[in-house]
Amino acid sequence: MAVTHPLDPYLRVDRIPTMWCPGCGLGIALGAILRAIDRRIEEGLLKKENIAFVGGIGCTARMTLYPYFDSAHVIHGRAIPFAIAVKVVKPEMKMVIVGGDGDIAAIGGNHLLHALKRNADLLVIMVNNMTYGMTGGQLAPTTPRGLYTTTTPYGNPERELNVIKLAAALGANYVARSSITHPQLLERTIYKALAKRGLAFVEVLSTCPEIFGRHIGLRNPVDLYMELKKKVTVKTNPSIEESDYDWGRGFVIGEFVDRDEPGFLDTYREYISKSFGGGAV
Amino acid sequence: MRYEYLTGNIAIAEASIVSGLKFYAGYPITPTSDIFEHLARELPKYGGHVIQFEDEIASINAVVGASWACAKAMTATSGPGFSLMLEALSLAVITETPLVVAYVMRTGPSTGVPTRSGQYDVLQSTYGFHGGLVIPVLAPSTPQEAYDLTVKAFNISEKLRTPVVLLSDAVVAHTYGKVAIRERSEVEIVDRSKPSTPLSEYRPYDPVDGLVPPMACFGEGYSVLVESLTHDERGYYAPRSDAQRKLMWRLYRKITESSGKLFDYSSLYLDDCDVALVSYGSTALSTQVAAKTLRERGVRACSLKLKTLFPIYEEGISKLLKNVEKVFVVENNVGLYYRELRGILKDRDVVSVPLIDLDVPLPQEVVGVVDKWL
Ligand SMILES: Cc1ncc(C[n+]2csc(CCOP(=O)(O)OP(=O)(O)O)c2C)c(N)n1
Ligand code: SF4
Ligand SMILES: [Mg+2]
Repeated sequence: MAVTHPLDPYLRVDRIPTMWCPGCGLGIALGAILRAIDRRIEEGLLKKENIAFVGGIGCTARMTLYPYFDSAHVIHGRAIPFAIAVKVVKPEMKMVIVGGDGDIAAIGGNHLLHALKRNADLLVIMVNNMTYGMTGGQLAPTTPRGLYTTTTPYGNPERELNVIKLAAALGANYVARSSITHPQLLERTIYKALAKRGLAFVEVLSTCPEIFGRHIGLRNPVDLYMELKKKVTVKTNPSIEESDYDWGRGFVIGEFVDRDEPGFLDTYREYISKSFGGGAV
Repeated sequence: MRYEYLTGNIAIAEASIVSGLKFYAGYPITPTSDIFEHLARELPKYGGHVIQFEDEIASINAVVGASWACAKAMTATSGPGFSLMLEALSLAVITETPLVVAYVMRTGPSTGVPTRSGQYDVLQSTYGFHGGLVIPVLAPSTPQEAYDLTVKAFNISEKLRTPVVLLSDAVVAHTYGKVAIRERSEVEIVDRSKPSTPLSEYRPYDPVDGLVPPMACFGEGYSVLVESLTHDERGYYAPRSDAQRKLMWRLYRKITESSGKLFDYSSLYLDDCDVALVSYGSTALSTQVAAKTLRERGVRACSLKLKTLFPIYEEGISKLLKNVEKVFVVENNVGLYYRELRGILKDRDVVSVPLIDLDVPLPQEVVGVVDKWL
């Protein structure tokens, strides 16, 4: 009898093994996301046919290639507007956006900003490996200051973008940071985020041993994993100030924002139904 | 059917509703904002959605998303916005996503004269995106044509699973004209073909026995894959020459082999003609008058107005012009579409009449240039 993995029903198994480098943190992230989805499906909160993955371009965005759901692997930075439209047309869909720090916060930054401002009904999972993995290790908005990248060979002169603070300031319903070094916690975070209306933003600290690890002298996946694990502190209900993004002092992970304001769909429908008695939408 | 006085822009908006538009996303830009504003008021009455996005990039990507959620979707823009949309149009081409872009040309390059007209973007409208394929382009010259070609644009997009550009200009956009408005039941509306395979056997890029694959959408249980990478029939990444070749030729053929079916034109005096004045869009208005003027002077002139600019129906156009001695291509730019026609009318004398004018070049200007060559 063929041995099957419990997550096989959610995977395009004929596409495994993935294209990711051995020891990449992305596999851990995908596993946690799928386990969280599985729990929500088992509970009856979500239906398999109503879940869609959307990603732009990058190693992280290629996460859309493997889950056995409706998926879109679109263009760099543009997953969010694609997903908003699907959600508006088919409100029963659960839109899961997966993207790297470059995909979501650099080229896609303007879309993120406006999705946050709208409190658009999306789960945005930004995997932060602090580099552009797919293109070979250039500067990311999240690359720690001073570090070598191939496009800042004398050290990154720029401050890091703390996307947690951005998401909190612009009014997302749920803002959390998690890490692949804490898979159970990551799963619980995604599980919770899946039930939120409005925008749920989850930053996932991850390891890119092939590129980022090599740049900082930790090419061995386990060494990089242990280094990140050392830098991560788990906190219950940390304040937003504690989200400070600092490679030297380390990172607090936890839920920074958890509220329940109307999402974009709620307000959008409210105004339309005010005018058309609810019949039109 | 009823008649109304409408501008070209409002005709586009009204026709898109009749065509079954369910999702419009846009970013304001002159001279298109009134399409957006009209739809923002009207489309919700028909159960459709209108959303203003943060820019044209978001708008076109949203339109792609909406189309995969089963909605007929459209955006409208002008040169600066269309330039921003090109990357996503390329995505729509490879993912075979039906959508319509109403491209209302204004004077360029760059910000140019935003409120005035021109035809500078005729080649960009089809060749602008990367990947070397062709997007169908339809060009109205009157509000009535704007109405009719909008319906046609949606139908082509659904039938061929392709983006379609409706190429208007600032003159057509804001000129009033009498338009025959047809009800939904009076127009032919084409919808994309849906898969008939069981859910688990569906392959989103398998054309089955033709060139256009049936299209499932999100939320139907087909586990659809929208893939921007070169892919096989399943939508799986296929970085191989054979897969690239297969995909490219199918995408190319499904458009070019339809050129005869998509071809649309109108003409004056074509069956008794030595000197043909070929044009499209607002310039055609002057060209028709110029042809009449020349005939009054005894020149056997005629006018051919092209409503389908791409894919070019080579056999069709050369047949229409087979008895003509000289072909003048009149357009409001430096002579762009002329290059396309010169390429297919090799055995004929083809002359460019590039007239740059912020409005419509006057018929006398057309006659003046033609006279120099007669
Ligand atoms: C418009 C555009 N510009 C540039 C690229 C090249 N590109 C592909 S992925 C990428 C960055 C990937 O970094 P990130 O989003 O952090 O993803 P990762 O690979 O690190 O997971 C870039 C610049 C592209 N595909 N499209
Ligand atoms: S380059 Fe880095 S992020 Fe990309 S697959 Fe390899 S290890 Fe993972
Ligand atoms: Mg990255």
